Amino acid sequence: MEKDLSYYAKVHSIESFGTVDGPGIRFVLFLQGCNLQCKYCHNRDTWDINGGEYKSLDEIVEKIKKYKNYIIPSGGGITVTGGEPLLQVKFLIELFKKVKQEGITTCIDTSGMVNITTDIKELLQYTDLVLLDIKHIDDEKCKQLVGASNKKEIEFAKYLSENNIKMWIRQVIVPGYTDDEKDLIKLKEFLKTLKTVEKVQLLPYHDMGKFKWEKLGQKYELENVRQANDDDIKRAKEILEI
Amino acid sequence: MKFEQWKDFESGDWQREINVRDFIQRNYTPYEGDASFLKGITPKTQKLWDEVLELYKKEKDSEGGVLDIDTKTISTVSSHEAGYINKELEEIVGLQTDAPLKRAIMPFGGIKIVEKSCQAYGREVDPEVDKIFHTVRKTHNDGVFSVYTPDIRAARSSHLITGLPDGYGRGRIIGDYRRVALYGVDALIKEKQEELETLNVDDFTEKVIREREEIFEQIKALEQLKVMASKYGFDISNPAQNAKEAVQWLYFGYLGAVKDQNGAAMSIGRTSTFLDIYIERDLKNGTLTEEQAQEIMDHFVMKLRLVRFLRTPEYNELFSGDPVWVTESLGGMGIDGRTLVTKNSFRMLHTLENLGPAPEPNLTILWSTRLPEGFKKYTAELSIKTSSIQYENDDEMRVTLGDDYGIACCVSPMKIGKQMQFFGARANLAKTLLYAINGGRDEKTGKQVTPRFEPITSEYLNYDEVLYKFDQMMDYVAKIYIKALNAIHYMHDKYSYEAIEMALHDKDIIRTMACGIAGLSVVADSLSAIKYAKVKVIRDETGLAIDYQVEGDYPKFGNDDERVDSIAAQIAGRFLKKLKRYPTYRDSKHTLSILTITSNVVYGKATGNTPDGRRDGEPFGPGANPLHGRDTNGALAVMNSIARLPFEDAEDGISYTFSITPGTLGQDEETRVNNLVSMLDGYFAQTGHHINVNVFDRALLEDAMEHPEKYPQLTIRVSGYAVHFTKLTREQQLDVINRTIHERI
Repeated sequence: MEKDLSYYAKVHSIESFGTVDGPGIRFVLFLQGCNLQCKYCHNRDTWDINGGEYKSLDEIVEKIKKYKNYIIPSGGGITVTGGEPLLQVKFLIELFKKVKQEGITTCIDTSGMVNITTDIKELLQYTDLVLLDIKHIDDEKCKQLVGASNKKEIEFAKYLSENNIKMWIRQVIVPGYTDDEKDLIKLKEFLKTLKTVEKVQLLPYHDMGKFKWEKLGQKYELENVRQANDDDIKRAKEILEI
Repeated sequence: MKFEQWKDFESGDWQREINVRDFIQRNYTPYEGDASFLKGITPKTQKLWDEVLELYKKEKDSEGGVLDIDTKTISTVSSHEAGYINKELEEIVGLQTDAPLKRAIMPFGGIKIVEKSCQAYGREVDPEVDKIFHTVRKTHNDGVFSVYTPDIRAARSSHLITGLPDGYGRGRIIGDYRRVALYGVDALIKEKQEELETLNVDDFTEKVIREREEIFEQIKALEQLKVMASKYGFDISNPAQNAKEAVQWLYFGYLGAVKDQNGAAMSIGRTSTFLDIYIERDLKNGTLTEEQAQEIMDHFVMKLRLVRFLRTPEYNELFSGDPVWVTESLGGMGIDGRTLVTKNSFRMLHTLENLGPAPEPNLTILWSTRLPEGFKKYTAELSIKTSSIQYENDDEMRVTLGDDYGIACCVSPMKIGKQMQFFGARANLAKTLLYAINGGRDEKTGKQVTPRFEPITSEYLNYDEVLYKFDQMMDYVAKIYIKALNAIHYMHDKYSYEAIEMALHDKDIIRTMACGIAGLSVVADSLSAIKYAKVKVIRDETGLAIDYQVEGDYPKFGNDDERVDSIAAQIAGRFLKKLKRYPTYRDSKHTLSILTITSNVVYGKATGNTPDGRRDGEPFGPGANPLHGRDTNGALAVMNSIARLPFEDAEDGISYTFSITPGTLGQDEETRVNNLVSMLDGYFAQTGHHINVNVFDRALLEDAMEHPEKYPQLTIRVSGYAVHFTKLTREQQLDVINRTIHERI
C-alpha cells in the first residue's frame, strides 16, 4: 500500500543518546535513503531508498516524547540525519511541527544537496539548527568524492544565511581528498560570507564504517587511504583559522 | 545527657535520646557551592599513601593476592594488638590485625571456609583453632547444614538458588557508627542496659529471652570496643571532642565490625555530612584548617581501603576483586527541602583525586534532581575521570525511608540504626523457566531436581502454557528459597551474631528478608520470543528440551519497547507475590532485588540454552541489564526500559551497569559533564533506581588485560560495586569487555 509521506517515514534506526549531532542530549533519527555516494560514508547501509522500515509520525513522536526528561534539561533536542533526511521533507515538516509543540528543539544534519523548494522553505521555518556538511568546496573534487556537484549545497548555505537560520558547518577531513591547503583557504573565504555560522566542526575520517560496505558486498574505494589523526585536524583548523 | 564535648552544638532531642538524625538536622551546614575550596594532598598523606601503594604491590605479588594471614588468633572486636602502617604519619589509626593487609580468621561463620582459604594461599590454620571449631564450638555453617532439607540441597547444587550466605558471613548490616563519636561508648552501654531493663517482663517467652541475650552480647561488644581503642591509646568512653576524634571514634566503631564479621558487604553508612558538623565547628574555632580537614578524610579513606577479608577462590568467582563494600552514601535531600550535601561530601569524593581511583569505599551518590548544581557537576566530573562512583535515586527512596538511610552493599537501602536485612543472595529465574519447560528436570544433567511437574511436550512453545508452568515453578522455587533463608538466618543469629553492629542499632528494628533474582533480561527476552516470534523446541532422546530455535524477530528488553518491557516489569512482582506466601524468620518483610553482583557470569555458566537464543553457558546481563548486545537504540532507551521496572516490587534495589566511551558522552570535557548530569537527572526522573557509571574506551580495557602491571589503580564499576579491573578473573574481564559499551562510530 502507498504510504502518505507526510505521515510516514522510512527509518533506518534511532539513537536515543546522541551527543555529537548538535547541542545537549539528542534523540537522533536516522532516515533511510541518500542522494549521494560519498566514498567515505560510514553509514553505507542508509543509502538504499528501498531499505529501512516505515514508521508512522505518531509512533516516532511518542518515542521522542519518552526522552523529554533527558533532552530538555540538557538543552538538547531532536536531530534528523541519515541518509539524507531532506529527501523526506514532507514528513519532517509534520514531525518538526509536532515536536516543537512539546518544547523540543529541532536540528537537521544534511549535505544541503537539494533544491530549495517550497517544502524545504517551510521545513526550515521549524528548524532551530542545521548541521551543514559541506562535502567539498571545489566542485570538480566534490563530484569525484561524493558523486554530485556542490552547487546546491553552496546555494543552500547562502539561503540559510539570508534567512537567519543557525548552522554548524561540518567537513570530513579525508587525507589527500579534502585537506588541500588551497581548498581549505577557499572554504574559509566562503564561510566568511555566511552570517549565521555558529561553529565549524572538522570530523576526522575513519574507516570504522568499512565493514558495512563489505557486508553489502560493495567495494570500499578508500581502502588505501589512511585515517585522519589529531595533527591533520590541527593543521586544517589552523588554515581555517578556527 | 550532658557533655562538655557538645559545646557550641544546637541542642535538641538528640541530647535526650540516641538520635543522630536529629543532631544532624539541627547542626549541619548545607553547601551549595562548587569544588573550588578543596585542597590537594599534603606531603604527609603522600608519604603514607606511597607506603600503602608499596604494600598493595607486595600483596598483589603474593600467592593468590593475599599478603599475610594471622592463622592463630580468632578475630574478635578486641582480639589483636594495635597495628600501624607508619605510626608517625597516621592521623587516623586502627587495623584489623597487628599489621596492614594481614588477614584475620573469623571461624564463627564456618571453619571449613577458613581452612580452605588458608590452604588456597599456602597456609594452615593453627591446630588449636581447628580443634576448637571441629570438636567444641559449632559454627553458623555447621548449623545450617544440620537442618537443610533434601529439597534445599538439590536446589542449591543444581544452581537454582546460589550464592547463599550459608558458608560465609551474611553482612549487609550497617551499624550506626556515628553514635560512637556523638555519644561515646559509655552512654551507648547505658542505653542498652535500659533496654535490657524493659525486657524484664512476666511473659518470659522465647522472643524475650533471645532479645535479652542479644542485648547482653551487644553490651559485651561495646565493652570490647573500648578495650580495642585503648590498645591504640584512646579512651572512647566519652563523646569525641573535635573533628579528628570524631573520625577516629567513628572509625573504631567500624573497625570493631570488620574485626568481628567477615560479612559479604560491610558498609559504613552515611557519615560524611555527620562529620562535617565537627569539621565546621573546628574550622570556626580556628583549630583546624581546610588542609587538615582534607588530610583527616584522606587518612580515614586510606584505612577503609585497607580492609581485607579472608575468602576462598570460589567466593571470588561469585564476587570478584576482593570487595568489602565499604559503601558510603553521600548527598541526598532532607525532608525539609535542604540539601544534605556539605563540604565534607566533597572532601570524601576528593579522596579519589588525592589518593587516586579505588573501588573502596564504595562511593554512592544519593541523587536528587534537586541536588545543588555544583555537587552534581563534581560527581559527574569524577565519574568521567575515575569510573568509581555509583548513583541511586534519593527522590524515590526518601519517600519510604526518610532522609537518614544508607546503602548496604550495592543497592540495598536501609534506615541507619533502625533497619537491617537478612541477605538472601538470589534465585536463578532463567533456570526456573527452563525447569518449567522440562517439568523440573535439569536441562544440563537431565536429573529430576524438583518433584516431577508436567513438562511441555509441544513442538512449538505456547506463551500461555509456558507462563502458566513458569508460575508454578516460581512458586516451588520461592518455597525452597524461603526455607533455605530461614534456616540460614536462624543459624547466623545463633552462631555468628553481629553483636557490635547490632549494638549500634535501636532495640526495635525493621528486618527485611532480602531475596533476589538473576537472569531477568533472559527471562523477559525468552517470554517475548515465545510471544512475538516462534520458538521451536529441540529435545534429546529422553524428551529433555536442550535447545530452542527462534523463528522470526521479537522485541528485546533494553530498547524502550513496551511489549517486552512490560513482561520484564511483571516478573519481579510475580515472584515477590510467590515469596510472600511463605512466612519468614523473625517476621522479616519480604523484599526483592534485581542484582547479580559479578555472579551473572557463574549463573550463566550453570544455565543451558534459553528460548531467547542465548547459548548454553553464556553470561546473563548483570543485574537488570539487557543481555549483551541486544540493546540497539542507544543508552537512554536502555535506561527507560530499566526505569520501568517497579521499585515497589524490588525495593531492595534494581541495579544497572552502564558503560560509555568518553567520545560518545560528548566532544569535550565540559560537554561530557553536562551530558552526564542531564542523563542522570533524566534517568532518575524516569524513576530509575540505580546506575553504575563507567567511562572508558574498550581499547583501554583490552590493554589492561594484556598489561595489568600498567594499570594498578584502574577501577571499573561492576554490578553494585567497583573493582580493580586487574583483579577480575579473565572470564569476568571478558564479560565486562563484551558487554555493551555505548559508542558511536
